[in-house]
Amino acid sequence: MNAFTQIRRNDQPIYLDYQATTPVDPRVLEAMMPYFTYKFGNAHSRSHSYGWEAEEGVEQARAQVAKLIGADEKEIIYTSGATESNNLAIKGVAEFYKDRRNHIVTTVTEHKCVLDTCRHLEQQGFTVTYLPVQKNGLVDLEQLRAAVTDKTVVVSVMAVNNEIGVIQPLAEIGKICRAKGAFFHTDAAQAAGKIPLDVEAMNIDLMSISGHKIYGPKGIGALYVRRRPRVRLVAMINGGGQERGFRSGTLPTPLCVGLGEAAEICMKEMDAEAKRLTKLRDRMLKGLEAKLPEIYVNGDLDQRIPGNLNISFAYVEGESLMMGIKGLSVSSGSACTSASLEPSYVLRALGVDEELAHTSLRIGLGRFTTEQEVDTAVDELVSHVTKLRAMSPLWEMAQEGIDIKSIEWAAH
Amino acid sequence: MTYSPKLIDHYENPRNIGSLDKNDVDVGTGLVGAPACGDVMKLQIKVGADGLIEDAKFKTFGCGSAIASSSLVTEWVKGKTIDEAETIKNTDIAKHLALPPVKIHCSVLAEDAIKAAIADYRAKTAKKEEPVSEGEQVAAPAK
Repeated sequence: MNAFTQIRRNDQPIYLDYQATTPVDPRVLEAMMPYFTYKFGNAHSRSHSYGWEAEEGVEQARAQVAKLIGADEKEIIYTSGATESNNLAIKGVAEFYKDRRNHIVTTVTEHKCVLDTCRHLEQQGFTVTYLPVQKNGLVDLEQLRAAVTDKTVVVSVMAVNNEIGVIQPLAEIGKICRAKGAFFHTDAAQAAGKIPLDVEAMNIDLMSISGHKIYGPKGIGALYVRRRPRVRLVAMINGGGQERGFRSGTLPTPLCVGLGEAAEICMKEMDAEAKRLTKLRDRMLKGLEAKLPEIYVNGDLDQRIPGNLNISFAYVEGESLMMGIKGLSVSSGSACTSASLEPSYVLRALGVDEELAHTSLRIGLGRFTTEQEVDTAVDELVSHVTKLRAMSPLWEMAQEGIDIKSIEWAAH
Repeated sequence: MTYSPKLIDHYENPRNIGSLDKNDVDVGTGLVGAPACGDVMKLQIKVGADGLIEDAKFKTFGCGSAIASSSLVTEWVKGKTIDEAETIKNTDIAKHLALPPVKIHCSVLAEDAIKAAIADYRAKTAKKEEPVSEGEQVAAPAK
């Protein structure tokens, strides 16, 4: 019995965009409800039971989050989400240590909030090295080793990429950072709760977590900040000094409780879920490959979270395909789907040809995806890709044996 | 992207998908755009003996707006002379389909496509009408 189907309307399309966001698990919602109702106190109110009850909820959740990543609860700071956590981590250490170290290392495939934060810091006088990635999406450890110097304050590499789902070699990266005395920050928004994470084993100093990626509510996240050896940060939000002075503001108690509950469920169900999603993903990929020639998976298929597929359907543009598959909700790396008309920078960083970037779809499977939904999705995709290929001049040329790369296009 | 009903109609029921024989002397073929840009349109017209476009076909690699723009153009050129077809403006296409501002360039490409097809047809016709090399004088027929 699929719990989600109870809260999903019959007329809604099949949801296959689990990297964009996830529904709140009914068990998480249940855990949150008392804190929206009779346990409404401010967790920082020291003098009465309303405050104590709220504080209890928040602290219990803090421990749940810490357990998920092998940290101590004193090392977990609540934030409004991974974007804030990323900002706080990178700007915070950069600002604190800027007199001694002013270099940052990151990768070209990071989430925009990390890239934009780094650009902002460049304008403040920091130097940033944006490491390229290999064709499979993984960072080259030797290039990383060469880039980290004794002037590097932090190395920021996301644990799992949001577009292609590939998993970076965290333990190896952590080792390199330790050797050079640089902090290792990882944006684990797409990783926490999906793959095992251990801040000790992986030498991680800072880690960003997102609530709404792990079947928790939107508007909450966390930042892990190592205490031994101590990582110092300059806070971005000033005020009453909550969260050990790192992040002032009244805690959104129900959201904190939701994050904690979501983290605990993930921890308990991670292995089983990974197995189930791997089966579903393989079923989808095999189903598509059986009926459609010339489809390509972007990014490493092994070093990847089980719930992600990013596929280029050659000769068919992504937005036109999405318009056709009305019963499915996915996203695309095509320029036509972005407000800036730029194709996905992540796919470009992998060296994917621009035209294949335009033909890509990102399909995300998750906790509530069923086998039937996968089969329906395969049928819809096969049907529409076939129809659009019949309408495509590029498909026609390919069938005629013309090498499309040899043509001189008169583009705008 | 929320598209107008007319645009969606052209996407769901595209008019005149297909190909004409590009080696046929009465067929003009326009191929515009670039795969790297995510937009490629192939538009073909067949001009009858009476000088009117009697058939038009298209194939497009591109988003819903690109498909709809090229589909619309094939509808509009049928029954027109090539001079008339040449006056089709992208602004008319954009207006008819209510293209969002970020998609206007798709209508521009469709206008380019029909102009390219016409240019190709004209080039073929000019070759056909070239004087025979033996110095024979042949009067250029009125277009």
